[in-house]
Amino acid sequence: MDLRDTPEEAAFRAEVRAWIAANLPDELRGHRGGAARFEGRAMREWSRRLSDAGYSGLTWPREYGGAGAPYSHQAILFEEIARAEAPPHIGVIGLGMAGPTIMAHGTEEQKRRHLAKILSAEEIWCQGFSEPEAGSDLASLKTSAILDGDAFVVNGQKVWSSYAHIADFCILVARSDPNPPSKHQGMTYLIVDMHSPGVEVRPLRQITGEAEFNEIFFTDVRVPCENVLGEIGEGWSVAMTTLLHERGTLGFALTTSLEVAVRKLLALVRERNGHDPLVRDRVAREWIQLQALKYTNYRALTALMQTGIPGPEGSVSKLHYSESNQRLTKLALELHGPEAQLMDGETGGYWQYQQLRSRGNTIEAGTSEILRNIIAERVLGLPRSR
Amino acid sequence: MDFSFTDEQETLRREARAFLEERFPAERVAELADSDEGWDPASWRELAELGWLGVSIPEEAGGAGLGFIEEAVLLEELARALYPGPYFSTVALALPALSPEEQARVAAGEARWSAEVDGLVPDLGAVDWVVADGAAVRAQGHVLPTMDATRRLGRLAAEAERGASVGAIDRPRLLAALAAEAVGIAQRALEIGVEHARTRTQFGRPIGVYQAVSHSLADTYVETELARSLAYWAAWCVAEDDTQADVAGAAAKSFAADAAVAACERAIQVLGGIGFTWEHVLHRYYKRAQWIQSFAGFGAVLRADVARAVLEGGEAAELDGAALAAEVG
Repeated sequence: MDLRDTPEEAAFRAEVRAWIAANLPDELRGHRGGAARFEGRAMREWSRRLSDAGYSGLTWPREYGGAGAPYSHQAILFEEIARAEAPPHIGVIGLGMAGPTIMAHGTEEQKRRHLAKILSAEEIWCQGFSEPEAGSDLASLKTSAILDGDAFVVNGQKVWSSYAHIADFCILVARSDPNPPSKHQGMTYLIVDMHSPGVEVRPLRQITGEAEFNEIFFTDVRVPCENVLGEIGEGWSVAMTTLLHERGTLGFALTTSLEVAVRKLLALVRERNGHDPLVRDRVAREWIQLQALKYTNYRALTALMQTGIPGPEGSVSKLHYSESNQRLTKLALELHGPEAQLMDGETGGYWQYQQLRSRGNTIEAGTSEILRNIIAERVLGLPRSR
Repeated sequence: MDFSFTDEQETLRREARAFLEERFPAERVAELADSDEGWDPASWRELAELGWLGVSIPEEAGGAGLGFIEEAVLLEELARALYPGPYFSTVALALPALSPEEQARVAAGEARWSAEVDGLVPDLGAVDWVVADGAAVRAQGHVLPTMDATRRLGRLAAEAERGASVGAIDRPRLLAALAAEAVGIAQRALEIGVEHARTRTQFGRPIGVYQAVSHSLADTYVETELARSLAYWAAWCVAEDDTQADVAGAAAKSFAADAAVAACERAIQVLGGIGFTWEHVLHRYYKRAQWIQSFAGFGAVLRADVARAVLEGGEAAELDGAALAAEVG
């Protein structure tokens, strides 16, 4: 056990920190996240710079254009991005979900065609999993993909898809067998060109007033068979690979986000209510919760580096982060007193936005209820509830 | 960055668990807790022979020359078994205040110690000497009726004999030790709750299928894992004499103690009537969890220390990255 950086990790951290200082444009410092992370030239430029510096596919194998670096480097990169309050890479769905799924299940042609462009941020990806009638119960999805000659014809609706309005490709799970023996069978995983005829993207305005997510409507969209990822009818297991990767790397991104929030909260308390013992107790609680998340991720990271398999800590981190973030953003609003309702107060509506946005945290990427089921059944070995 | 135990440390944990499960099953703990003495003094010789008393004492003084991480492993396992005996008092509380000669006597199992904290002395009736006000004071006084009968508190008599002067107790180490114990308690309470939810049938199904039950246990799992991360972080800070040891100890103890209490409360609820009986071992875990919570400061007291460190103290600047920069440099 040694919680310090190794000399090699320390050198990488110093390199990243210096690189961010030299390359992060001023207007992106202190980025608040949300819909603004898609917009403007500066965001694309920042992503391109991250890619050029070799920071976008750090843990990808070298044969696919990655740096082949250990997961600890990924963690260090996230920590340093948090420290600088820089926005994430615009290609996160491609880097964290589509890319690893293509590496695991793709043909050589699919790898050749997409992986390099995901790394370089030339291709932006989105995810087409959730549907209006299929949220937590993903296997009940209805979007159809019917084989017609050399292509699948896709019809249906996907929802809660971030980046879809700027995406070039979508990882889509659709039902290719309308009468499967069981609902987990008969699904096919497709790579869909978002510029195909019949694809329509509509922004989904959310509780914060902005549109960070989209609905995608597919009307007779022809997807060539060469775009099937994995085997026809085996879409469920391919989708599980995607979700494993989503949870696997999520922890560090979440710590990063919570660390930024706690720093800002501490600054707010120092400025406004630094002597109120009740406030001090609550802010100390949030700081402790952040350390608990951070060190749980370090334990998960060590296990991942030793075994190569993400452990159950991913569910712990996600549950803990989302509830911490909801609590601390409410505390921040309370510190504003009667001005908490003002969307353009001296902090420019920052906390008001964060508080409303935080309600999504316990829903997106696995609801807290589903995560508790996963822990109960897969970690604690309790009988299945469904 | 390596946040894992070594093979040797994992072996120590396995051996400790096996020994304690064999020698201190729940019935034996209950019997000892309900006895006048409250523990089995003969067990001290066994702990000495296992080398547990001198884990962090240098080899030339008869110890194992290891560190606090190994002691934290033992504290967690001893708590998991609810071992009744002055290991915490001697090793976690008093040891750092003692001279090398006295430490050698501890390692050999020849002297048991405790310390006075907030006017109270844990295990007063089971030790020989007490660290109090910078002096070694003979363990003379009154053992008080204590909720946790496996770790009774006492008060020193005013006329207790004062001996040689000794050093001070090490607060971060004390807090990290309590955090490690709390993790052992929470883990055991979780296991008891899960076992019951798997096997107890109502309305024709094991009660673990009901989410009101399973989600409560999932919450215990989450909090126990978070507490574990904080406790091991604090243990490492103490072992390495890290600058964050103070704030890590306070953070870990406040969180882990509350998590242990909540774990026991959820387990009592999951077990229903049986969890509320004297016969079931669960109440003893609950009482130890509350003992840990109350000793050396309830959560709010410790969070006040954390608030000082992160809002005004040297930690405030360090946590903002200066320390990290130094590490990097």
